[in-house]
Amino acid sequence: MNETANKQQTNSTEGQIVRVTGPLVQANGMSDAKMYEVVKVSSENLLGEVIELNGDIASIQVYEDTAGIGPGDTVTRTGKTMSAELGPGLLESIYDGIQRPLRLIEEASGSYYIKRGIEADAVDKEKKWDFKPLVKEGQSVEAGDILGEVPETSLISHKVMVPPYLSGKIKTIKSGQMTVNDTVAVLVDKDGNEKNVTMLQHWPIRTPRLTKGKIFPSEPLLTGGRSIDTFFPIAKGGAGCIPGSFGTGKTVTQQSVAKYCNAEVIVYVGCGERGNEMTEVLSEFPHLIDPNSGQPLMKRTILIANTSNMPVAAREASVYTGITIAEFYRDMGYNVALMADSTSRWAEAMREVSGRLEEMPGEEGYPAYLTSRTAEFYERAGIVNTLGADDRVGSLTVIGAVSPPGGDFSEPVSQATLRVTKTFWALDASLAYKKHFPSINWLSSYSLYVDNFMNYWRDEIAPDYAEVRQKAMDLLQQESKLMEIVRLVGMESLSNHDKLVLEVARLIREDFLFQNAFDPDDAYMPIKNQYGLLKSILYFYEAMNEVALDNIDFNSFKNIPSISEVTALKNKKDATEADYEKFREKIKQEVNGLLSNQEV
Amino acid sequence: MIEKEYKTITSVTGPLLVVSGVKGVKYEELVEVKVPNETRSRFGKVLDVSQDKAVVQMFDPTSGVSTEGTKASFLGETLKLGVSTDMLGRVFTGAGAPADGGPELVPEKRLDIAGYPMNPYSREYPNDFIQTGISSIDVMNTLVRGQKLPIFSGSGLPHAKLAAQIARQAKVKSGGNFAMIFATLGVTFEEADYFRTQFKEAGSLERSILFINTASDPVVERIATPRMALTAAEYLAFEKDMHVLVIMTDMTNYCEALREVSSARKEVPGRRGYPGYLYTDLSTLYERAGRIRGKQGTITQLPILSMPDDDKTHPVPDLTGYITEGQFIVSRDLYRKGVFPPVDVQNSLSRLWAAGVGEGKTREDHGPLKDQLFSSYASGKEARDLAVVLGESSLDESDRAHMRFAEAFEKEFISQGEFEERPVEESLDIGWRLLTMLPKQSLKRVKSELVDKYMPKNIEGHDK
Repeated sequence: MNETANKQQTNSTEGQIVRVTGPLVQANGMSDAKMYEVVKVSSENLLGEVIELNGDIASIQVYEDTAGIGPGDTVTRTGKTMSAELGPGLLESIYDGIQRPLRLIEEASGSYYIKRGIEADAVDKEKKWDFKPLVKEGQSVEAGDILGEVPETSLISHKVMVPPYLSGKIKTIKSGQMTVNDTVAVLVDKDGNEKNVTMLQHWPIRTPRLTKGKIFPSEPLLTGGRSIDTFFPIAKGGAGCIPGSFGTGKTVTQQSVAKYCNAEVIVYVGCGERGNEMTEVLSEFPHLIDPNSGQPLMKRTILIANTSNMPVAAREASVYTGITIAEFYRDMGYNVALMADSTSRWAEAMREVSGRLEEMPGEEGYPAYLTSRTAEFYERAGIVNTLGADDRVGSLTVIGAVSPPGGDFSEPVSQATLRVTKTFWALDASLAYKKHFPSINWLSSYSLYVDNFMNYWRDEIAPDYAEVRQKAMDLLQQESKLMEIVRLVGMESLSNHDKLVLEVARLIREDFLFQNAFDPDDAYMPIKNQYGLLKSILYFYEAMNEVALDNIDFNSFKNIPSISEVTALKNKKDATEADYEKFREKIKQEVNGLLSNQEV
Repeated sequence: MIEKEYKTITSVTGPLLVVSGVKGVKYEELVEVKVPNETRSRFGKVLDVSQDKAVVQMFDPTSGVSTEGTKASFLGETLKLGVSTDMLGRVFTGAGAPADGGPELVPEKRLDIAGYPMNPYSREYPNDFIQTGISSIDVMNTLVRGQKLPIFSGSGLPHAKLAAQIARQAKVKSGGNFAMIFATLGVTFEEADYFRTQFKEAGSLERSILFINTASDPVVERIATPRMALTAAEYLAFEKDMHVLVIMTDMTNYCEALREVSSARKEVPGRRGYPGYLYTDLSTLYERAGRIRGKQGTITQLPILSMPDDDKTHPVPDLTGYITEGQFIVSRDLYRKGVFPPVDVQNSLSRLWAAGVGEGKTREDHGPLKDQLFSSYASGKEARDLAVVLGESSLDESDRAHMRFAEAFEKEFISQGEFEERPVEESLDIGWRLLTMLPKQSLKRVKSELVDKYMPKNIEGHDK
């Protein structure tokens, strides 16, 4: 364009490109640049981030397509690090990996394609919010204290907090209709300086937000999924991973957790996955009702969509953008759940940029820092005492999907993730092949949070909850051993007791673990019903064990009516403890009936 | 734009040229290479550019290119394809030049073949049922408009016949303007010609565009060919309101071309020597399927790939499966049994089936019936495996019924003629009829109301 004019303007905030290779650009004249500083590349103002400095040469990962960029083009520094914009209006939004609202990108470009160099505010600067103050003038406040609140959606009241690193006395506090840039309060700090506080905060995405410390998690995040809640629960503030080859239902499992879990705010990061999956969430969530609140799910949801064909560097940033937003709501005192689908694509983005930087590769070409970055990311999960004087507690649960190539869990990303997550839902291709969904393998999955929940289960659900759960898992374990024998010598060689184990384990698999995520009546089951149903299924085992098993023709047991009625019991939506009790009574009678028939 | 012409080619490695002393060259820029004594230019694009050096990836072969005398010009634009509706009915080379002896195209516009990522916010969720007339697809793994659903096959399997049958029979209730784009990537002349003949016989040639890159054409041209096809598809779908079905065969050859370029660049390889960015690269093709809010047209993709050694975990099918919305797997076992089309219904999957079926689209019983057929067929196959080890006598009555069901399911439901077109209702009815072979209490996935409504009461020939 206007090259001479550009050259004259050159000063220390500008550098010149010397090399372009894919999403990586190198520029000289950047000796003043900082690591992770945001830069604008070329006259098209493509957004980039400094990821390596070497003398006056900076390596920059560019968040947009670099076609048409070449040596000689300028790079302009902004002086800021890559930050998320935080304030009311985040909920119900859909962003790309660097927090540009996709709706605004569509409006600004007038196209259904994502064009380059579009700037869009993450948070609407025009919209007026009804700010209700919760502090008085003259009051002393510290970082994290809640100054007031605005109704962000019908579900979430947005707490306006004193930004980190700020404290003092309130000089003035306003109330009423305000935009995010309006000053809601003026603070006088201890040196007597006046500080204006707005509803807007900025926070660098690669740095965890400050807290007063973590708490040991002791409560489960309830999802309504039977294999998750009962067998392999995850804690509020815990970290879990779902690895599985394609077609095993990673995304369906992630989405049903996002739909039904009892967190108050959901951040869903579609990282390098399919475009249509994000569209599905976008078109479905406004109509689906959250079973915990009765409101549309979208009211509590924030979507980050950086699909597989969108620029790869922005994919790397997307998980950080998502988790920073999630931490912001956690700091307000909410229980937040973040789904990242899929962290393998994030790792691949890291690998691609690392390869272009010509770094020495670790395993399978992934950079050596793959494990430390993964650990840092999952460590941002937790249940915390937030900043602020009011002892708020907030939690952030992180659930990451992993897409291991060829379904082989020994690959680096799965292994790096398994080392730092405590709940492991192993999706099993052979179960998916049998259309058993969710295809969470009950033998290889685990939850290390089980011990944390003992008190919760005993006090909140039932005194014998942990035993019922353990018994069911034992039966499944026995089943897999017995099946090996059956495969060799057939069913006939088994004792009646073994046959009973197989039959009850079959019921657990087909009527308890199997859950149809596409059937709205089945997709969500409250934990108390899960307990009632599982206890009733196990009662077949107990009742039969009380009678003289060997005297019974086993086939007549298989034909007792209550066995085929388990499905109906499962489908009964409003089943109460009394219903389950009645069902168990019925089993008892029928089993005893078997015995008397036998004797006649 | 002034053309910059250089004679400073310093090295030629495989499909790559290095031009030094360059100035003002841009990333991805199109490069025209003139070899002395040749009238036709060759083309490439810039892969890596530093201050005085550009690495150029050629689309044409590099044989005969010399470091002396060969001239490289940087054209200041990216690789573009001229498009117009006159393309319908025409055959092009893999590089987009007419290959049917017809006149040069007068393009309505010229579009960048790399395309742009579609904004997920602008997408519309695909939900129009496509009836392919094939029971194993329509009932078990339903295809919808705007979906990308590859066929995973192996050498010696009839994937071409299956793809041609889908292309011939695909129908949508709501109708609309239909077009077909077909790209071959390094396949044999015979396979390419098979499709051409099929289209011609079905009378759909004038609604089709063919891009032909055969095994004898330049390898690296294959990197551009699918992008040409998809650029034409986007033009027809989103500017001319057409429903476009894109068939690309064989994607494994595409990936191998990519591997060749990567290895010439001495990049750190990922699995089996394929580049680490294979997933990202494939996604820039497959994600160009879909629907857009407010647009009439759609793009449905049916890529075909062969799995080396029938191995689903090979990087090409593996990464494809992570991007596409399911897959049809062609089964060697069924093919050996003489079943056509040999679709492995259990391993196959359509992720979007739920959006395409049910009341108003197919029939209310479709979803539950499908689940029941899957479950019963799986039990039947298990019983069959058991019978092989232990003998049929060791099975109980219910297992034996399931075993017979599995046989019948393969023979009567999956198997159909190459030219047999079954309306979806007929396929569903066959499913119900076969379920009568099973004990009622084993039908756990269908509610009893549906059983009463759709299951035939007395069927002769079945002993249940």
